[in-house]
Amino acid sequence: MSIKEYRTASEVRGGLILVRETPGVAFGDRVRISDGRGGTRDGQVIRASNEEVMILVFEGTDDLDLEAVWVRFLDEPVEIALSPEILGREFNGLGEPRDGRPPILSNIRRAVGGSAINPAARSYPREFIQTGISTIDGLNSLVRGQKLPIFSGSGLPHNRLAAQIVRQAKLKDEDSSFSIVFAAMGVSYADAKFFRDEFASSGVLRNVVMFVNLADDPPVERLTLPRTALTVAEYLAYDLDRHVLVVMTDMTYYAEALREVATAKGDVPARKGYPGYLYSDLAEIYERCGRIHERHGSITMMPVVSMPSDDITHPIPDLTGYITEGQIVLSRELHNQGIYPPVHISPSLSRLMKDGIGKDDTREDHPKVAAQLYALYARALETRNLASIIGADELSERDRRYLKFADDFDRRFVGQGEAEDRSIEATLNLAWELMSAFPRDSLTRLSETELAKYYQGND
Amino acid sequence: MMSERNNLGFIREINGPIVTIDLPGIRSGEQVKIGELGLVGEVISLNGREATVQTYESTDGVRPGEPAEGLGWPLSVELGPGLLGGIFDGIQRPLEKIALQSGDYIRRGLSLPGLDREREWEFEPNPELAPGHQIGPGTVLGTVQETETVLHKILVPPGLEGELTELAPNGDYAIEATIGHLRDKQGHSHRLKLYHRWPVRKPRPYLKRDDGISPLITGQRVIDSFFPQLKGGKGAVPGPFGAGKTVVQQQIARWSNAEIVIYVGCGERGNELVDVLETFPQLEDPYTGRKLMEKTLLVANTSNMPVVAREASIYVGLTMAEYYRDMGYDVVMLADSTSRWAEALREVSGRLGQMPVEEGYPAYLSSRLAAVYERAGRVETYDAGPGSVTLIGAVSPPGGDFSEPVTSHTKDIIETFWALSKELADARHYPSIDWVTSFSAHVHAAAEWWHKEVDRRWEARRTQALALLARDAELSRIVNLVGPEALSDAQRWQLEGASLIKEGVLQQSALDEVDTFCSPQKQFALLDLALSIYDKGMTLIELGVPVSHLQDLPQLAKVRRCKSIYNSDQVASITDLGREIEDAFESIRLQYAKQHSDD
Ligand SMILES: Nc1ncnc2c1ncn2[C@@H]1O[C@H](COP(=O)(O)OP(=O)(O)O)[C@@H](O)[C@H]1O
Ligand SMILES: [Mg+2]
Repeated sequence: MSIKEYRTASEVRGGLILVRETPGVAFGDRVRISDGRGGTRDGQVIRASNEEVMILVFEGTDDLDLEAVWVRFLDEPVEIALSPEILGREFNGLGEPRDGRPPILSNIRRAVGGSAINPAARSYPREFIQTGISTIDGLNSLVRGQKLPIFSGSGLPHNRLAAQIVRQAKLKDEDSSFSIVFAAMGVSYADAKFFRDEFASSGVLRNVVMFVNLADDPPVERLTLPRTALTVAEYLAYDLDRHVLVVMTDMTYYAEALREVATAKGDVPARKGYPGYLYSDLAEIYERCGRIHERHGSITMMPVVSMPSDDITHPIPDLTGYITEGQIVLSRELHNQGIYPPVHISPSLSRLMKDGIGKDDTREDHPKVAAQLYALYARALETRNLASIIGADELSERDRRYLKFADDFDRRFVGQGEAEDRSIEATLNLAWELMSAFPRDSLTRLSETELAKYYQGND
Repeated sequence: MMSERNNLGFIREINGPIVTIDLPGIRSGEQVKIGELGLVGEVISLNGREATVQTYESTDGVRPGEPAEGLGWPLSVELGPGLLGGIFDGIQRPLEKIALQSGDYIRRGLSLPGLDREREWEFEPNPELAPGHQIGPGTVLGTVQETETVLHKILVPPGLEGELTELAPNGDYAIEATIGHLRDKQGHSHRLKLYHRWPVRKPRPYLKRDDGISPLITGQRVIDSFFPQLKGGKGAVPGPFGAGKTVVQQQIARWSNAEIVIYVGCGERGNELVDVLETFPQLEDPYTGRKLMEKTLLVANTSNMPVVAREASIYVGLTMAEYYRDMGYDVVMLADSTSRWAEALREVSGRLGQMPVEEGYPAYLSSRLAAVYERAGRVETYDAGPGSVTLIGAVSPPGGDFSEPVTSHTKDIIETFWALSKELADARHYPSIDWVTSFSAHVHAAAEWWHKEVDRRWEARRTQALALLARDAELSRIVNLVGPEALSDAQRWQLEGASLIKEGVLQQSALDEVDTFCSPQKQFALLDLALSIYDKGMTLIELGVPVSHLQDLPQLAKVRRCKSIYNSDQVASITDLGREIEDAFESIRLQYAKQHSDD
């Protein structure tokens, strides 16, 4: 169909333009806006009737002069060109090169919006990924096709952790590495550089596609960025049969951009000014990950979500946790004690762990070891709390054992080097070493058989 | 029913899922096809020539001026053999067939009927019926063996009444085939088929409510033994993310003694439905020994599927649940999560510019919620004896805050409230149902059943356990103030007793092959075991035996592990363990008495 062009912008309002008398414009259509001074901006139709069309302008509407504005309806949704050449490249949220190299030329173009995977076409993710990090592998295992976010806070080492996972992640007993899709939304120049350097120095750059929108780039572009990135991930996974690991940072800035637009549109806010559809909107992104029947490739996702004021009940981490298949939560307290990675295991969870671990996947004792460690640590934290009130000297001998366990666990099991790539066996053996500080009879989550095989204590 | 009309109009405005059309004569609630793609929608309000439509599919690419067509009937589902074992979307399109037609992703504008037109079913006419008989809504015309476990009764659709003029003989029929004729009072003849349609927003009629009492056994101790649910009851499982709502619901779907299970994934994860789809065909129903999938059907509107269909999915599920109830079955419907359903209401009401009252929700949230839960119940069906629909909804409060609108309104409506606690979940105490804030209005009613079928001490034991847990909370507060040294030996033993209840009875891992299901007999045996030990120990302590002496007994570890060692057929072994411990205690008593007399 023909491209329609109009000069009838009638109103500009916080990121939105209204255009009158534009019959037949499609809902969701892509729009190019000329500002009359030689510049162009991109937008999308978010409300359409023959009398009036509402356009969301990705770059924002600052300095737009109503009189001078030209609006062109491109009659196509936001699309990206796809070819194997895309690996090693860097783009903005609309899929335009940021690395000074020419655009991708290809006759494969896909709309970035995506559509819902038919649940009947999915297959359940079950293949254990070894990240080399004990708190993840041992207690919150990641599997291929899982979406497992890192909940963090400002100043916590989520980027270093994400980079370490990218470096170390592999299937057990398999060397096939992941293709990486990296999506940065609203991050600082330094953070983007950190990742770029990381990828370069670990030699994976040829296997990475980067999408970058920096803190001073237009916030509205953040809304398409993860979708563009995921369209590329789907291409790599399902057209090129690759296993893709998508790292997205920072979903909080994404959600803030969404709030900005929602406010401009006048949408009814639900909590803290975020629109009621934030949940569905996030789900459209997160649910694009998974495994599909008879497809060789897969999409595994690790979004970084920084919790405003370290508050896990804030709508962004909260809604994320309601959608993703668990979460890895970083703790400021552990970080301040110099423990890296500062993973707080209690609120952390992997919902897909159950089918990826055990006899045929990791080791037969793994499920019960995880349950037992959690039980011991929960009790140990209570004891630590008690000790802080009444003093460690007042504790019974039993309790003192728990207190010591809490410290050993934080230091030795949680804490590890940034270059330390622990095998799952090493993680489980370390777990047994720590658990063996307790009398055998108190380890009731473990079976007699497992105790007979692995217990190292002296009673 | 509305008459068949073919109304054509056009689209005026598109605002996300809300589309305004110009189509005079369309009715409220009518189904419409929108645009060139033929997206499915439903009229939600009328204003002169214009109608506001909520569409069940994304409206991207739809233009003003495109056609809109009224279909002449309200959102309805097809009810007949072939539902069980299937997975349907929020408006009953069969997702497995959609996958064959449109691949891994769901294409828009597909119109596929819920039931297979080709498949033939062996129909066995009801031997008690003959031409000339007066029949009416719900009369059982005959049966079809839908799955090995479920005999599907073919019912006269509600609203039809008159004389049976013809009934087909035994034979194989597709669902569109005529299996009989009925002549109504006006003398009109109606064709009877193996299926009929029913509008989902209208509860299906029944003869009367039934007050019969029987507990829904779920095989989960903290539910059955502490906060029991009755068949036909309404329950809610609220909890923050990761607390265990979905696992509770899936456990009920797996192990409850319902005859039909309807699992509605409403705005939740795709993989959770896949989990059911992949495991249920393998899992054995503990009551029939057959595969669980034979009595299960799924409705899926996952979080990434269109929001408006999320609102519909609950009604679609409920209507199918009522249909099986009308055959005289005990149906349990699990809705995960009703919060997402409420959010879909909020989304539509917000787009319509309706006044929000709390957190953006419209004023009618509570009445709609109540009307949904009201469709649960135990009834006397017209012709198939008693049947029931138990409705259990997960609630996902933002930030885990139970005072938010959906949780608080739900709490006023339901009869059982299984409140999940983040603290318990973080400590991996599963199911994380909090014994302090949870409640069941059915304890006394359930007690009748337990006392008759399992043990006369059930209610007393339950009360004792809860009292001990309350005492435990009090003592823990004291310990946190002044340290454990301040406690007497008897108080320490109370802490130990509570811990036996928590670890030996309340905690139950869904992942433990043995413990995932626990029969009522085993449930009581475990509860009784923990409490008898506690009672015996207390008498020893009163005699002056130091508490450390008892705490170090290796048998206590065995009590904590017992649930995973013995399955539901090995209740006798649990009783034996009880006796073994009793002997151990007795020897301590003797030893202690001897020491004392030696002193
Ligand atoms: N009864 C249980 N036994 C074992 N694990 C459980 C149980 N309940 C919950 N879990 C664990 O908690 C995780 C989250 O439970 P889920 O039901 O998905 O939470 P929610 O639906 O409330 O977000 C599960 O993936 C599982 O690991
Ligand atoms: Mg859930």
